[in-house]
Amino acid sequence: MLNNIMIGQYFPGDSFLHRMDARVKILLLLILLIEVFAFTSAPVYLIMTVLTFLMIMISKVPMRMVLRSLKPLWWIILFTFVLHLFSHPGRELYRIWQFVITQEGVEQGALISVRLMLLIILSTLLTFTTSPLKLTDALESLLSPFKRLGLPAHELAMMMTIALRFIPTLISETDKIMKAQQSRGADFVTGSIMSRLKNMVPILVPLFLSAFRRADDLALAMEARCYRGGEGRTRMKEMKLGRLDYVAIGVFALFSAGLGVSYAL
Amino acid sequence: MSIELKDVTYVYMPKTPYERVALDKVNLTIEEGSFTAIAGHTGSGKSTLVQHLNGLLVPSAGEVLVDGVNLLGKDKAAKIKAWHARQQVGMVFQYAETQLFEETVEKDIAFGPQNQGLDEAEVQERVREAMELVGLSYKDYKDVSPFALSGGQMRRVAIAGVLAMRPKYLVLDEPAAGLDPRGREELMSTIQKLHKKWNLTIVFVSHSMEDIARLADNLLVMQAGKLRAAGTTAEIFADAQLLQETGLEPPQIMQIMQRLQKAGLPVDSSAITPEAGLQSLREVFHVK
Repeated sequence: MLNNIMIGQYFPGDSFLHRMDARVKILLLLILLIEVFAFTSAPVYLIMTVLTFLMIMISKVPMRMVLRSLKPLWWIILFTFVLHLFSHPGRELYRIWQFVITQEGVEQGALISVRLMLLIILSTLLTFTTSPLKLTDALESLLSPFKRLGLPAHELAMMMTIALRFIPTLISETDKIMKAQQSRGADFVTGSIMSRLKNMVPILVPLFLSAFRRADDLALAMEARCYRGGEGRTRMKEMKLGRLDYVAIGVFALFSAGLGVSYAL
Repeated sequence: MSIELKDVTYVYMPKTPYERVALDKVNLTIEEGSFTAIAGHTGSGKSTLVQHLNGLLVPSAGEVLVDGVNLLGKDKAAKIKAWHARQQVGMVFQYAETQLFEETVEKDIAFGPQNQGLDEAEVQERVREAMELVGLSYKDYKDVSPFALSGGQMRRVAIAGVLAMRPKYLVLDEPAAGLDPRGREELMSTIQKLHKKWNLTIVFVSHSMEDIARLADNLLVMQAGKLRAAGTTAEIFADAQLLQETGLEPPQIMQIMQRLQKAGLPVDSSAITPEAGLQSLREVFHVK
């Protein structure tokens, strides 16, 4: 029942995008997202869309899976589009009672919808090509300059790693408990909201119990191996910028400069 | 009456890079009144297989029939029939004590029968009966929190929770895993009693060849998602090549008898229970 959920939706592979340093990927994504906001114009978005599809092709992640990530936000995109249709004064195209659809509204709505889709697809591309573990390592590394301001970068990253590590475990645990209670005739699908909430108790109690037990065990195991925080800790996989990353940064810088100039003109 | 699997195939996470065929065209029949064990290496598909027996997993292809009723009902009437058929198959999971959630033992065991829509008196009667079946005194334990019990007792409560629904078939997935020798011994006797005295049809997944030899009549051997062999326990344990290929070991007593035979003693090397082994040794040494 729950075994079709993918965590962090990482799609294993060996493409250019997979091999890039995760820190570079995060930073470039951030700048790219800012550019999406800064350069709101149809030609720029056309180029951006082409670039996005190019990257999906490079990553070898099936198009179907990338587009599926849009599904949960489909309604928000549609809602935004419809809202924009009616809320820009300008040349009238069509009138429904009090509400006027304008040429400007259609243009703005289309742009904003494309912007939303670009934001989502680009961000999911990062999680598709970067394993959750690399992602947290990269975050730790990127946040470490803020340690001086009292930000516990290592601890935050460790918390995230542990949480990510245990999501699949807890899902399979939930799955098992649900099946056990279903075998005992529990019904999680039909009934009113109240009765369905009440039916969650036989799942939640065992689940919390096991989560606490696991947390205890993990704390003990970490202590037994002398874990004491990030101070002076070395890592098994050092993160290093390779030629690939410099090439990516170079190409990206050129691309951004081009975009900026063409937008200004 | 029986549980029947016809060409059952099950694929985990189809159409993703994690796709894995867990069951591959499995055909088998579990007759009512039998005691069937399922053995096989870790990851051979045993747990996936037993979860099909009461419709917890829906086969990707093929069908499961309980007493002739397809567990996957198409229209509404067939769905209701399928629901009743599923109730005939009780399922005890690995580490079944993790499913306990109520404040008292009685309430927890009552969960199943209550879901069946029985009235209060009937539920109480069933709880009492189920507790006696697994060897927990109703009077002493009904108001105790299940979380205050020992691991072995907790597992008994969980099994009682399934028995209280009065299934015709009882499926147990490694019921003795993680128990100490005494808890294990008690649980095995309980299961044997359920089969002999109460005529429950039992399907039993186990890694312990000793338990299988002692309790089961029939043995199914799974390997890489396929049903590799099916037969009586004696037949399967006699097939040394099959055991080796599937990574199973014959029961210890059988290994001892085989070595004694190699050393020249004319003992019965097909003895699979300690009792049979002892009997054979007695005959060889003319001891009564």
